[in-house]
Order: sequence, then C-alpha cells, then structure tokens
Amino acid sequence: MLEAKETGQKTVLKITDPRFKYEISKIPGAENIMLCFQCGTCTSDCPVARFSGAYHPRRIIRMTQLGLKERVLESETLWLCASCFTCTDRCPQDVKVADIIRVLKNLAVKEGHVPPVFKTLASSILDTGYAYRIPEMRIKKRGELGLPPLPKSNPQSLAKLTERIEFKKLLEVKGEQDG
Amino acid sequence: MAEGELKYLIFLGCAIPYRVSAYEISARRVMEKLGVKLEEMPEFNCCGLPMDPISHKMMLLLAVRNLCMAEEKNMNIMALCPGCSGTLNKVNIVLKNDKKLREEINEYLKVDGLESKGTIEVKHLIQVLNDDVGIEKIRAAVKKPLRGLKVAEHNGCHVLRPKEYTGFDDPEDPKVLKALIEATGAECLDYMDEAQCCGAPTAGVNDKIPLQLSREKLMHIRDVDARVLITICPFCHMMFETNQMRIERMFNEKFGIPTLHYPQLLGLALGLSPQELALGELRVKPTEQLRQVGI
Repeated sequence: MLEAKETGQKTVLKITDPRFKYEISKIPGAENIMLCFQCGTCTSDCPVARFSGAYHPRRIIRMTQLGLKERVLESETLWLCASCFTCTDRCPQDVKVADIIRVLKNLAVKEGHVPPVFKTLASSILDTGYAYRIPEMRIKKRGELGLPPLPKSNPQSLAKLTERIEFKKLLEVKGEQDG
Repeated sequence: MAEGELKYLIFLGCAIPYRVSAYEISARRVMEKLGVKLEEMPEFNCCGLPMDPISHKMMLLLAVRNLCMAEEKNMNIMALCPGCSGTLNKVNIVLKNDKKLREEINEYLKVDGLESKGTIEVKHLIQVLNDDVGIEKIRAAVKKPLRGLKVAEHNGCHVLRPKEYTGFDDPEDPKVLKALIEATGAECLDYMDEAQCCGAPTAGVNDKIPLQLSREKLMHIRDVDARVLITICPFCHMMFETNQMRIERMFNEKFGIPTLHYPQLLGLALGLSPQELALGELRVKPTEQLRQVGI
C-alpha cells in the first residue's frame, strides 16, 4: 500500500498507525525509540548504508516514530541490518537502534514478512538443532581430522520448547527443506 | 579443579563444524599446547543468534538451553565464534540481571526439566587467551617468533559490540587481538576502519553489499602493506578467505592476502607444524609469507 504520493510540490505521508511508537516502546529493546532526535549518527556510521541507497537506520526510526507502520514492516531494507551494533554503541541518545530494528523485524514476521533465508535456517534448527544441515560425511570425517565427535543436539526437546511459543506457526516452516 | 588449572566447555556453534574445521583444529591444538583443558558440551544447539530477527523469544530459548547444559556441568563456556559467544554472554547477563525474565524463561524450560540459574560465564577464545591464560604466558611459550611478518587484524563485530555486554575491549580502538598477535612476534599494523563489519550477516538477503564491504576492508589492508590478515570469526573468515578470489574477480582487483584464524598464527609461533594447524585448508596460500619467517 502506498503511504506517500506526490501531489505537485508536496509529499503527503499516509500515517497508518499514529500509536505505533507507543506500541513499539513497550517491547523490550525498543523502550528508547522516542529519544531519537534524528542526528543521523547511526546512518553515517552504518557499514551497510555505505553501499545501500535504500538502507538508512535513521529513516527507519523516524518512520516508526511517525507511525508509518505498514511501510516500515513491509520494507525489504529492514532486513539489510547486519546487526553489527555500531549504531547502538555510538548513538548519543542511547536509542539502541539495532535492537529497535530487531523488534521491527519480529513484528514484520508476525505480519507474514519473512525472507526465505530465515525459513531455511529455522527449519534446519527445528529438524537438527543446528542452524545448518551439517552433512553426515563431515560429522564422520571429524575422527580422521583428530577432532572429538560433534556433541548431539536435542531436536525433540527443542520441539517441546518451541511449541509453547508457537514458533512453527509463526513461520509455517513445517516440512520445508533447504532452498 | 586443580589450583590454577584452566578448563572450559568448548562451544563450537554451527558454522565451524559445518565448514570451518581449520579454526577448530588449530584452536584445540593451541589450547592443548598452553595447558588449557577443553571438554565437550554434553549437548548443544544453535546459539540462537540467527533466530533473533524472527523471534527474540526463540533466540532466548535456544541460548538458555545451551547455558543450562553448561550449568549442569558447572563449567564456563569458551566459544570460538563471536556470534555464539556474543549471544550466549548477552543472554547470560540479561537473565542474571532480570529476575522477572528469568522466571518467565524458566517457566518454559520446565517442560524439559531444565532450569537456568545463572551460575556460569561465557567467553570468546581471545578473551580466554588474554584474560585467563595471559599475554605473558603466551609470549613465554613462543618457540618460533614470527618476526618480520606484517599482519592486520579483523575482530568481528560481536566480540566487541554491543559494548554494554562485551566490555573486555574498546570497540572503537580494539587492542586485545593486536596484543595477542604481537605476542607471536609478528607486527600488527593499523589500517583504516579496522573495526568495521565484514558484511557477512547480510549475505542471506543481499549478494552484493557483503562483498563490497569485504572488498573495501581488503583494500585498506592492502594499502598498509599487511601480508596476512588474522580473523577470530568463522563468518568473517569466509568473507575474507573463502570469498577472496570471488571478490578479486568481481571487482577486478588483486589482493592475495592469506587470511589465518588467530590460533593458526599462534600455533605456528608455538612451534606447531602447518599440517597440525590445517593451513592446507586455506584457498589463498600463505607459502611465501611462511617462508619469510622460516617455516
């Protein structure tokens, strides 16, 4: 959905949820969203923003403050954050920018926006306990390399835990395989 | 535990057993040489970091399960991957300080008969080497000083940031890895934007930006004429080493900068052979650089 349209000289923003910032500020990690005064330290120090015309953490924070909920949560650029935490460490207002972006990603997931790579990682974790499907060959080869056996994971126990937070439902990863 | 004996549970994470064995091999050899005992986790799963963008709660549960395993053994964790050490350390500290959250998480853990008590600590390999083994002891153990070898370091973000949780080094001017490198006799050079991210975490959603970031770092490293790059993270290593020739082709550049896991460099100085340290797994061969230091 478009939230901004050009009308001659003016840009009209479509505020989809004016209470968005309050909702966000109640979620652990995003408590300081209102403290951002748009100095731009996060964007100027962001390694990803150096090479992306679209990814600007400052803009994401401002759009969130303004209540442009749909635009923020549907945005693919949200997923470009490398979570290097440079913005968080250098923010003069202690806004914890990277944590807010993580909170926004979690909300985007609830709205059904999940980049395929995360579905692949999640299905591997649910099936094997590890983030990657480590080939049986590699596990066997450890002995030849002089390495002890790889400690086992416990997918059954993980399944019990994740059932309680309805994690699978969140992703609908059931039966999905590596892409 | 005997007086002064150093003993940890080694946390491998997923990326290292999946495709970065040389880091694990060299780290184990070096720790053995330094008299540090490593035990295997009784059981482990993904540290949780890859799931944080999807569900913060899922990340917490994955992390805390690992912490519980270590608590049962009553041993501290040493992780090789900064993603793992950063995540496990952060969750460990958060739960130690937030009683309400700990109770909530423990409520979930009940189905599995587990309980998080907050009785252990989590460290990265370089933190163990610097804080627990100590630079002096490492220096004294060096048999083949790598004098004349000019190297650059790349820490990797999560070993340094967010500083609220890491705290053992200055993320704006990191010194620990440099000191560890210099203990081998090699010279560690400063270069532009040293603490900048390699780009690896965005590789799943973008195929250009991570390579552009790594290329820029390799350019800065080449500019100061460093002959070797040292990493302490499996993902950074994949960006600079596994992908180096791809970056060269893509941007029509020539780098030829061998990229070693820190324990490979340290191992050489401790007198271990290139074979014992799995140097053969490197794509960009350090042959000329090793010859220079008489190996």
